[in-house]
Amino acid sequence: MPQDPNGPTLFLDGQEVRFETGETLFQVAERYGKPIPTLCYDDRLEPFGGCRLCIVEVEGIRNPVASCTTKAEPGMRVTTKNGTLEMHRRVLLEMVASENREVDVDPLSGYASQELATLVDRYDARTGRFQGHRSGTSRPDDPNPFILRDYENCISCYRCVRVCAEQEGDYAISVKNRGFETQITVEFDGLLKESACTFCGQCVQTCPTGALADLKALARKEVPGDTKKTRTICPYCGVGCAVDMLTRGDTIVGIQPAMDGPANEGALCVKGQFAFDFIQHRDRLTTPFVRDEGGRLRPASWDEALDRAAEGLKAVVEEHGAHALYAVASGRAPNEAAFLMQKFVRAGLGTNYIDNCSRA
Amino acid sequence: MSNPLRDMEKPDVIFCIGTNMTEAHPVAATRIKKAMARGAKLIVADPRVIGLAEMSDLYLQLRVGSDAALLLAMAHVIAREGLVDRAFMEDRTADGETFLEHVRDFTPEWASTITGVDPALIEEAALLYARAERGAIYYTLGITEHICGVDNVQSLCNLALMTGNVGREGTGINPMRGQNNIQGAGDCGAIPNNYPGFQPVTDPANQAKFEKAWGRKVELEKGITKVRALEAAGDTIRAMFIDGENTVVTDPDREHCEKALESLDFLVVADLFMTETAELADVVFPATAWGETDGTQTNTERRIQRLRAAVPPQGEAKPDWWIISELAKRMGFQGFDYQGPHQVFNELCELSVTYQGVNWDKVEDGAYQWPIPFDGHPGTPRLHEDGFINGRGIFKLIQYRDPAEVVDDDYPVWLTTGRRLASYHSRTQTGRSEGIDYLLPHETLEVHPDDVDGWGLRDGGWARMSSRRGSILIRVESTRRSPRGTVFASFAFNDTPVNLLTGGGYDPTTDTAELKVCPVRVEPAEAPERGSGERPQEVAAD
Ligand code: SF4
Ligand code: SF4
Ligand code: FES
Repeated sequence: MPQDPNGPTLFLDGQEVRFETGETLFQVAERYGKPIPTLCYDDRLEPFGGCRLCIVEVEGIRNPVASCTTKAEPGMRVTTKNGTLEMHRRVLLEMVASENREVDVDPLSGYASQELATLVDRYDARTGRFQGHRSGTSRPDDPNPFILRDYENCISCYRCVRVCAEQEGDYAISVKNRGFETQITVEFDGLLKESACTFCGQCVQTCPTGALADLKALARKEVPGDTKKTRTICPYCGVGCAVDMLTRGDTIVGIQPAMDGPANEGALCVKGQFAFDFIQHRDRLTTPFVRDEGGRLRPASWDEALDRAAEGLKAVVEEHGAHALYAVASGRAPNEAAFLMQKFVRAGLGTNYIDNCSRA
Repeated sequence: MSNPLRDMEKPDVIFCIGTNMTEAHPVAATRIKKAMARGAKLIVADPRVIGLAEMSDLYLQLRVGSDAALLLAMAHVIAREGLVDRAFMEDRTADGETFLEHVRDFTPEWASTITGVDPALIEEAALLYARAERGAIYYTLGITEHICGVDNVQSLCNLALMTGNVGREGTGINPMRGQNNIQGAGDCGAIPNNYPGFQPVTDPANQAKFEKAWGRKVELEKGITKVRALEAAGDTIRAMFIDGENTVVTDPDREHCEKALESLDFLVVADLFMTETAELADVVFPATAWGETDGTQTNTERRIQRLRAAVPPQGEAKPDWWIISELAKRMGFQGFDYQGPHQVFNELCELSVTYQGVNWDKVEDGAYQWPIPFDGHPGTPRLHEDGFINGRGIFKLIQYRDPAEVVDDDYPVWLTTGRRLASYHSRTQTGRSEGIDYLLPHETLEVHPDDVDGWGLRDGGWARMSSRRGSILIRVESTRRSPRGTVFASFAFNDTPVNLLTGGGYDPTTDTAELKVCPVRVEPAEAPERGSGERPQEVAAD
């Protein structure tokens, strides 16, 4: 955020810092390297102020305030960390953790799935002091192949509800009951497929506990090895959403959205999120093929196939001229493929007999 | 797109025409939803009650192929009400007066007889768009896949020019490009009329430039389009080299297309799978897939982004750049000794005027949108901010034309085709991804409930759908998304080859096929016999 040298200031743990009008205390603290723990916060969504983990003390205000919803004001004196605050955060985490069936969920569950576990560890909050009220009723019977709905691990942070409404504009996920009885659900308590859900997976990626989780990735959790992330771009439509491809060894185990992707800013649709297994599918061509004397395609070595192709194309050009050969580039392949296809006809044959699939 | 994707959250009036964005470009559609949450108004023109139509403030349910008439009438209303941006027209456009004169005849009442849209709604749409401080237009193939595709696009340009909705945040004329790299394929010069960077091949200066780069003469004459090449197959075109396109399924008039490829002396195909097109080839090369390939691609907002390999290729699959280079070398072509995709991309950047200011390392984070005319240029998220590249924005005088084929007694129903959220093109990829079948197990023909009854069909039952080119069996889905008299299907499923029927005509300028309009006959049919395979019977045209 650009800093106006004459902008307003406040005191953050005793240090005078500048802020932009409209920033929250959480944002100011984050920028000055004083991270405050959060659970219901996703910086793409409107602040919600539900979990109270992010509380800070402000001089002159009797009770601590939620830093994710409190706007910075000139001259404020803010304490982000002290014994009382840390104690409060620990108790809160103990209570939340004790309500959940499990805290340690597989990281393949989703982008934010480790948030609760990480905080519980940091605050040493695994005591089981509170015999928790169970969080909610799961829907293991939902047969959809993409999204696990394990509400026994839900902490009612509403991130899924908000991402569906604010980010996707779909309003498929809703809440029923209040207080301890709060339950995340979908329209009429039914199956996702029968709701407005488009299976974009955004709820999965924002859930801090793995209550909503990526079933396709979890199906690959037995694949050995550390999970590696490689930044690339979705291969389907022209929006060009940035993703991280998750791999273990040589196996693709899942996809997560790139929160800083310039075109998508963390959003994805069902294709980019879930339709990746064509890559390592048994139907893939694994060798070249050439047509044999009997008219059937048979596997061949690269050398044989390249020679056959070169001979076949050359024979046509020799007999009928350069204009007898036509090249079609792909709108799916990378720029380098399209560039070389046109170079093939232009630099190779001197013609402009090239097109791509944009006309159909 | 003239404007960046992030601008989609900024307009106060959004006009979507011929775009089923919530299904075809879902993440872009989320930005429209955000704009609406901030109070933007949405106008949608589409024959079908698509997702956007349900969200819209104003919905114009026009007959397929009647877009030009609607847009002429909107221009008429804007001119008549004096809502033109005079200053913009004087400073930045040409032929404006002639245009304003031209649209005088095209009243909403006239347009209503062609489009079927209530004249009052046309008035309202025109006023809403013209009064916007920031009005933005979005369109997709619903505008271009017509014999009058170019006219339709120019009609949209006319609207934007007359209201000054160009070159500012939250405005513009924004085609949503379909395939991940269809923008890039054009940028790279994989088109018959332009070198990389849209440098016309007919310009001798460009010819000299590329002659110098490649050490050989390239002819000054434009090449022919793929549509013409397929027509000439077996005649003047004797061989083809097709990279990653399932031409047989995705192109119109499938029978014609199959025959064309079969009639070639030699066909070379590079693809991921043994597609219907690869099966016709003499040599098939296995190409690497997404996640196995390093490279770049360019999205609909002209943003160049890096693709990175995360896993090794399956079997002996090789990247396209390698396959093309090796083949070129064995053909005896010079200049194909590349060590990696970075060298190919850097050569593209050197030769392209639009990519000139970047190279492989600079596009690492996807920060650049072309044109980037020189090193140090920040890129151009928004086009036409300081003026049009070619001087002035020129108004075009458009007339309405009927589609190539119109409904008659034999083929009384309009068929229109398109995309669905969970499948992509011919499903060679989404069809092989687990779970997608749960959302979309098979193709259906969307028919209005009253037509289902009227034509003796049954929801979930089968129909025979015939056009002048052929006939297919397809399952019926009764839905109010379709208007009376118009049916919809996608061409995603090979066992429901909808493109056997399409292909009645092509735009004379671009040769784009009229995939959006095809008169058909729809009759009740028996389910295809079990045991005859999944593939329903196909019969030739009668
Ligand atoms: S399911 Fe996850 S994201 Fe949704 S409210 Fe529960 S914990 Fe939060
Ligand atoms: S994730 Fe969806 S919207 Fe984004 S590029 Fe892929 S197909 Fe397009
Ligand atoms: S993060 Fe602030 S209240 Fe939850």
